[in-house]
Amino acid sequence: MRYDMQLPWWAWLLMGTALVLFILMVVISVRRNHGVKRSLFASPYTLWMLLFTIVPVILIGYYAFTGTDGTFTLDNFRNFWDSNFDMKKLVGEEYASTIPRGTVNVDTLTYSLWMAFLCTALSLLLGYPAALFMADRNMKLGSSLVVLFIIPMWMNFLLRTIAWMSLLEDNGLINSLLRSIGLEGVQLMYNSGAVLLGMVYNFLPFMVFPIYTSLSKQDINLSEAAADLGCSPMQALMKVTIPLSLPGVISGITMVFMPSVTTFFIPRVLGGGNTMMFGDLIESKFLTEGNWNVGSALSLIMMVLILISLSILRKADPNGEGGGIV
Amino acid sequence: MKRFAALLLVVLLFPVIALADGVVNVFNWEDYIDESVLKMFEEETGIHVNYMCFTTNEDMMVQVEANPGAFDVVFPSDYMVERMLNKGLLEEINYDHIPNAQYIMENLRNPDYDPNGVHSIPYMWGTVGILYNTTMVDDPVDSWEILWNTKYANNVFMLDSIRDSMGITLCSLGYSMNERDYPALRAATDKLVLQKTSGMVKAYQVDETKDKMVAGEAALALMWSGDAQYAIDLNSDLAFAVPKEGSNVWIDPMVIIKGCRNLENAEKFVDFLCRPDIAVLNCEEIRYSSPNSAAIELMGEEYTENPVLSPSEETITRCEFFHDIDETIMPIYTTLWNEVKNAK
Amino acid sequence: MNSGSKLTRFFKRFYLALILIFLYIPIIVLIIQSFNAGKSRAKWEGFSLHWYGELFRSASIMNSLEVTLLVAVLAMIVSTVLGTLAAIGIYSMKKRPQSLMMTLTNLPNTMPDIVTGISLMLLFIFTRVDRGFWTMLLAHITFDTPYVILSVMPKLKQMNKHTYEAALDLGATPSYALWHVLIPECKQGIITGAMLAFTLSLDDFTISYFTTSPLVQNLSTLIYSAARRGIEPTLNALSALMFVALLALLLVVNKRTSEN
Repeated sequence: MRYDMQLPWWAWLLMGTALVLFILMVVISVRRNHGVKRSLFASPYTLWMLLFTIVPVILIGYYAFTGTDGTFTLDNFRNFWDSNFDMKKLVGEEYASTIPRGTVNVDTLTYSLWMAFLCTALSLLLGYPAALFMADRNMKLGSSLVVLFIIPMWMNFLLRTIAWMSLLEDNGLINSLLRSIGLEGVQLMYNSGAVLLGMVYNFLPFMVFPIYTSLSKQDINLSEAAADLGCSPMQALMKVTIPLSLPGVISGITMVFMPSVTTFFIPRVLGGGNTMMFGDLIESKFLTEGNWNVGSALSLIMMVLILISLSILRKADPNGEGGGIV
Repeated sequence: MKRFAALLLVVLLFPVIALADGVVNVFNWEDYIDESVLKMFEEETGIHVNYMCFTTNEDMMVQVEANPGAFDVVFPSDYMVERMLNKGLLEEINYDHIPNAQYIMENLRNPDYDPNGVHSIPYMWGTVGILYNTTMVDDPVDSWEILWNTKYANNVFMLDSIRDSMGITLCSLGYSMNERDYPALRAATDKLVLQKTSGMVKAYQVDETKDKMVAGEAALALMWSGDAQYAIDLNSDLAFAVPKEGSNVWIDPMVIIKGCRNLENAEKFVDFLCRPDIAVLNCEEIRYSSPNSAAIELMGEEYTENPVLSPSEETITRCEFFHDIDETIMPIYTTLWNEVKNAK
Repeated sequence: MNSGSKLTRFFKRFYLALILIFLYIPIIVLIIQSFNAGKSRAKWEGFSLHWYGELFRSASIMNSLEVTLLVAVLAMIVSTVLGTLAAIGIYSMKKRPQSLMMTLTNLPNTMPDIVTGISLMLLFIFTRVDRGFWTMLLAHITFDTPYVILSVMPKLKQMNKHTYEAALDLGATPSYALWHVLIPECKQGIITGAMLAFTLSLDDFTISYFTTSPLVQNLSTLIYSAARRGIEPTLNALSALMFVALLALLLVVNKRTSEN
């Protein structure tokens, strides 16, 4: 059955004990009238996070640093650096020396980073003016416009990406339109450009919202004061509005960059599988090759990279004022 | 009150679990059955079918190994049956419980991958070839080399399936499709890389290709015969050819997983699919070749006269079966394939 | 900013309109295609409601819809309870453990979805738990809960620190104070958190993809396999219906807030 729960006995035991402890804790804390330790309220959550966030991350680490036989090894990381590493061991000595270092994994990573960078830059370029105009009080646009920006995000992103396919195909809507007005059709799909378009399309709202939030929180008197002090509107924008919206920009960059590096559906649909991103690579290591050890090593590398870039971004916004959608 | 409403909602959302005579968990290829057959089976036997799909043999294998007990009946390809046998994953077929297996063609009862069919019963078979659009291709399509002909640059769909794409390239170079030696594999890889870097390939995909070929998105596509026939049915400009250098002929059998939870139901399901009228339904829906002699008789000339469904003896002798490339060689294939897909 | 001139104003509106068109074009295409009698993506073969009928007849789509809603509702309920309790707990902690807990809470947000999904998959495989409905639910609760905490925390911080103690001084029992002082104070945050949890779990693809078996599909994973297969116009019909439902919901919410 679909809702059958097939768990090992010790899982039931664990869950049972946790439930009993939890009920006991609640009963005790309600009964005791004085000095209830409210900080204990966080313990179920702490336990949950330990089990389902910390332990899994440790598992990734475990697989990344062990071979298929379970012994410690750094081979998985050598495999990242030299994607032919495993192959060299299998083809026999006579050929191994003829095989150069395989750059597939490293290339895929740099390509993903480059695409993510482009996507973030484009989103910022397109999104900042949008957020600025939305927050402009003279425009009298109000919250209804914000809602208009949110609605597409609630539609399933896979469906929206597939819809782009109908637009971009060689015999798709855009090309049919071009031909009907007597122009040559152009190939819009099956390349990096289409992948980039799909990424910007999916992640643009994540750039607009934080910037909009930080702009609309700004004191309108500030830019008016700047104008009174003789600033041109352009100067006021450059010297007052934009610098003050930096936390929003940083948070927007984070929210666009992270999912962009790890995308793994868009390249397949819009890029025709011609380009692989790091997410695709990790997915295929786990689900096609069944090579968890190398897959884990790649995941670990990606995690570390993202943590590094996040901490760099945090430096730019030490107070974390950006706030996301939350 | 609100909390109770939420609780009620949850309870209502839980489906009434049908009190059927149990279930059977089936793991099949995408688009590989006439779905009405599943309903007919449920109505006739009262057994509920949990029907799940996979895209490539390799994906299937990872799932089956990672979810022991989740599947009863699986539809691997020939060479995967070999690997599953080696790993001891398959139950022996009890032919007494599957009387309809008598309709399986004589010459398919003792396949290389599973001597005497002890662990598997053929479900469908077919070939690999080139599906092409006759309005876009004016050269004769009789050789794999056309997939490297720069006249059709950016007009070719390749299969994102390691064994198939590597296999036909090996074949075009005169090697066996089951090559294990590095120099041969290297040569095939270089040829595939050349195909990509010279801009021949529009996309690497699997199940999407047939609909795209119907829509005229590309001139040539590496394709399995059944998907090709499906596309030809929808667009009469399309045609299918098995190149002269040879190709791959394959069988997709049904197997029962060892220690599965619903052995009896699994046997009933396999037997049902071997029933001639059911085999006809499936064959006419998915357009692959049937191993079921009684079903072929029922379909008559429409089947036997169709060169895609019913290739000539001469075509079949040109073709070669895949054999399992075991885990010591497979990483070479995957590494080389990744190299192809990442070539710029 | 002086946006007095009509021209700049027009330009700004024009720009926003362009961006909105960019965001909505695929959705409009989806909706139009859902009424196409034929299966082709590009050719219009006449108006028909055929695919809507197919949609409700399709067992796999209906099943996945059920799984999606069930997971979203259950994950929302559990993560809201878990998250609200945790937020109150963390709020009353001392400085050190508090910042440690907040780092822990922020950790899942800094982890890419694919890593979260894979790490949970490894956990389930390692502990020999069959993946399926329940593992998907566990995964959803795991990524929902931090968002609940992050929306409840600010409300707690805004609250006057002494309200709770005042209630105790006035003779309220701690549990009374909890239910009648603390919870109402952060009601807004709890509701936001719950809504957020619900939408996040409704829309999730990556984590579900790795934590379920092919047997139990939610809408996202179903769409994913359908997309690999080819054209599936019933999914267009589904997205058109979802769009209309969302729009209706938003209109109702908007009307109610403007009435208040």
